[in-house]
Amino acid sequence: MFWLGLFAITWGLSQFSFAIYKALDARWIVRFPKKYELPLDSWISSAMTWLVEDAHFGLFTFRDLTRFIAAVIELPYQFVRSLLIDGFSVGQGQQAIEVAPSISWIAIIGTMAVIALYARNAGLAMLAALCFAYLAIFGQWESAMVTLASVLIAVPIGVTGGLLLGILSYRHPWVEKALRPILDLMQTVPVFAYLVPILFLFGFGPVSALVATVIYAMPPMVRIATVALQSVPEEVKEAGRMVGCKPHQQMWKVMVPTALPSLMVGVNQVIMLTLNMVIIASMIGAGGLGYDVLTSLRRLDIGGGIEAGLAIVVMAIALDRVSQAFAIRRVRPRPDPAQPIYQRHPLISTSVALIVISTLLGIYLPGFRLLPESLTITTGSIWTAMMEWINVTFFDFFEAIKTFFLTTLLLPVKRFFSGIPWAWGVIVVGLAAGRVGGWKFGLMSAAMTLFIAANGLWAKAMITVYLVSVSVLIASAIGIPLGIWAGQSNRANSVIGAMIDTLQTLPSFVYLIPVVMLFRVGDFSAMIAVVLYALAPAVRYAAHGIRSIDQELIEAGKVSGCTERQILLRIKLPLAAPSLLLGLNQTIMLALSMLVITALVGTRDLGQEVYIALTKANTGQGIIAGLSVAFIAIIADRIVAALARNSQEKLGVK
Amino acid sequence: MERSVKLECRGVWKIFGAHPETFLKKHNGAPTSKDFEASHVVGAVRDANVQVFQGEIFVIMGLSGSGKSTLVRCLSRLVESTAGEINFEGRDLLKMSNAELIDVRRKKMGMVFQHFALLPHLTVLQNAAFPLEVQGVSQNEREDRARQMIETVGLKGREDHYPRQLSGGQQQRVGIARSLVADPDLWFLDEPFSALDPLIRREMQDEFLRLQSMLHKTIVFITHDFDEAIRLADRIAVMKDGCIEQIDTPENLVLNPATPYVEEFTRHIPRAKVIKLSSIMSKGVPEGEYAGDLDGHLAVADTVHQLDEADLPFRVLDEDGKPVGTIDARAAVDIMIGRTAA
Ligand SMILES: Nc1ncnc2c1ncn2[C@@H]1O[C@H](COP(=O)(O)OP(=O)(O)O)[C@@H](O)[C@H]1O
Ligand SMILES: [Mg+2]
Repeated sequence: MFWLGLFAITWGLSQFSFAIYKALDARWIVRFPKKYELPLDSWISSAMTWLVEDAHFGLFTFRDLTRFIAAVIELPYQFVRSLLIDGFSVGQGQQAIEVAPSISWIAIIGTMAVIALYARNAGLAMLAALCFAYLAIFGQWESAMVTLASVLIAVPIGVTGGLLLGILSYRHPWVEKALRPILDLMQTVPVFAYLVPILFLFGFGPVSALVATVIYAMPPMVRIATVALQSVPEEVKEAGRMVGCKPHQQMWKVMVPTALPSLMVGVNQVIMLTLNMVIIASMIGAGGLGYDVLTSLRRLDIGGGIEAGLAIVVMAIALDRVSQAFAIRRVRPRPDPAQPIYQRHPLISTSVALIVISTLLGIYLPGFRLLPESLTITTGSIWTAMMEWINVTFFDFFEAIKTFFLTTLLLPVKRFFSGIPWAWGVIVVGLAAGRVGGWKFGLMSAAMTLFIAANGLWAKAMITVYLVSVSVLIASAIGIPLGIWAGQSNRANSVIGAMIDTLQTLPSFVYLIPVVMLFRVGDFSAMIAVVLYALAPAVRYAAHGIRSIDQELIEAGKVSGCTERQILLRIKLPLAAPSLLLGLNQTIMLALSMLVITALVGTRDLGQEVYIALTKANTGQGIIAGLSVAFIAIIADRIVAALARNSQEKLGVK
Repeated sequence: MERSVKLECRGVWKIFGAHPETFLKKHNGAPTSKDFEASHVVGAVRDANVQVFQGEIFVIMGLSGSGKSTLVRCLSRLVESTAGEINFEGRDLLKMSNAELIDVRRKKMGMVFQHFALLPHLTVLQNAAFPLEVQGVSQNEREDRARQMIETVGLKGREDHYPRQLSGGQQQRVGIARSLVADPDLWFLDEPFSALDPLIRREMQDEFLRLQSMLHKTIVFITHDFDEAIRLADRIAVMKDGCIEQIDTPENLVLNPATPYVEEFTRHIPRAKVIKLSSIMSKGVPEGEYAGDLDGHLAVADTVHQLDEADLPFRVLDEDGKPVGTIDARAAVDIMIGRTAA
């Protein structure tokens, strides 16, 4: 009743807001009054300028601080880059003299294979070798190595930082309390929002890109590390204390090793998020594969974009599978210390030998250093031709699909959200949030909504909400049935699971390439890209929900004579409800984060606002728009989480 | 023979929840069950008074949730007691600094856990050597000592296995080896065999008794299984809802239950299983022919076959192996079938 009433009023106001505004000549109904708009963006911008130009912390200035951070990141980055691709040289520019070569491409492929072999088995080694060989053969090697260098710097920083913060928040509950809202914000604030300030602080270049990447990739590691440490069994902790561990022994000899498998999941996350950032980071100077994709997208060079995009995917798959294998690696018996070193550590010895030999050979035979260009294959023109053919042949078909969705779904929803008067929007959000999460949360949500309106972003925010709602709706409509199917049949599970894994390994930008090629820019393309990106959690959580139902309950249903259909509808779905809601939550979060990226294909939402701020380097504008997206995310997150909790409590599962 | 007190606690309380001290103070240091019901705090241990003597097996027994684990954690100070006093070898455990506590745990205490609590990334040998590693003992020495301990608990040959490659019983043997490797005086075992299958459990109990006959530790052993308690205990403390209902020998618990709860608890226990020969023997050993000698420690049930098969009575020996009484089949059978001896 409550919800129905709320919806009816909202719908009515949305339909007639324009008419009311005309009738009463009260423009404030549809637009937040200009003269009350907060000048927050200019305040923030001037604060940033002050920070960079004048701020002083006693001994050093803020600028010194940023320069120091830059140096700390830049040095190892340049080193790894020289090692992988550039070679070591002294002197500048034209006069540079190479003093040591980079590692041979053969050695890098071999080392990847050896690492994979160590992590799991020959099959994985084969996969890793093939993936990296692909990069060499298809002419993506140099860019790929630049990207790999930034991964090799960003991941250790992200993992170490995340682990240390995780340890702190495990040890001190107040740290966890203080960090939690920050982490929530970090995970919901779109990357674009902090690209602008970072660009402002560190300038265009790999350092900015690495800083942004680390900020983006670290929060999950903090969370996973905290949870991993917290879930070390109480008895193991007690065992450590009873044998008389000092605090540091307890942490590094008991807690961290016991939590290692879970921590490796975090490492995998950091790697995947780092790769996710590859393209975005190239907007502020990362170079490498991301830069290739970005320039291709801008030039609408289909072939080039697909080639570089695929290279990212291939690299992501290799790194993902190998790091996952580490997470579940079986410990092997220790080698017999009596053997000589190359027998005890055959893998390390092999790869060291490989690196030394092939790199030395590379000094005299350039083919060892880099695969000669004559041997590489380029597929760019094939992709371009293929896309053109598809476009020409199926133009009408794609156009029809697009029009159908636009007229039946996208436009009506857009009209509904855009029509809601801001004042009622603030009220309705407050009411809904208060209803599920208590009055404090209701007030907070209303305040957040008011913040958006008061900064003159109401219209754009509603476009964001509309795009997210439609995408989440479609993602759920596709994902939940798939998940249920996967939850019921092992066969379906393995196929769908593999599909979802691949989708999730793809860096978010990659979705945009084919979609834009087929449907051109606009809301519909944005929606498809978002749906593809946000599908995974809907499927995963649905499958998990169905799978984790107590088998006895299903048997009880069967014994009472339920048909398969009744079992699904009466037993499985209600019991899986909490899981479905959690999946919905994740879907919304992913949709919101992807949405900003789709600003590139011409949506007019908050994402576009951030993108404009980025191109104009307008820090204030970027931060405000970013915060607005974050607020929407926080409100949605809390509401759905509260619903999930309520339904869990109702079912008595926890 | 008066034995020295190894570990003693007086008036120990452990209350979980918000502001336990205030709660305790509000009720003058002695809240009743009603007070707890009316509040949001849990009285996991209430006014516990325990003396554990040098060299005895002291069993704490009670249903799950009765506060056994909490009590033993108070005794080892894994949990800080809300109130009370704990003396270990005459020193106030609760007043020790962290450094002293670490030292005491390293040298004097060992603990075995219900779910083994082994470190998954270490081999059997490394797990057993872990307490020594923490103390900074050199690798050679600690591995030698751990290897000996592993042999003692019967796991020789599995030194290089990882915990997950072992069965539950074997894992607990590693847990036992680890808890004993630093040669502690005081040995805590919190339901060490509860997670094991019944057959394995029995085997482990025998193993435990064998170890104790070699090592003579002072033992605090937790169990929820009364049969286990009678098999192992010198004395048993019965706990209910955080309170200790009675502390006594198994025999006395069964014969003279102090509270209705203990009576209810011990009712199904066959008398013959707890009553010792020394309790029903006829005192004094007249000259004559005997079928043999029996230890006065043995329970009636364990000897009744032997008694029954022999035509002559047996002599009963005291702890020092001196004959102090006699027993015949009839006295044993009386107990077995519940006939009150005339
Ligand atoms: N850390 C804790 N926080 C709150 N309550 C606890 C905690 N540990 C134990 N309890 C409560 O104290 C009571 C005794 O628990 P415990 O000592 O584990 O019992 P036992 O070992 O006899 O099964 C139980 O009611 C349990 O719920
Ligand atoms: Mg317990």
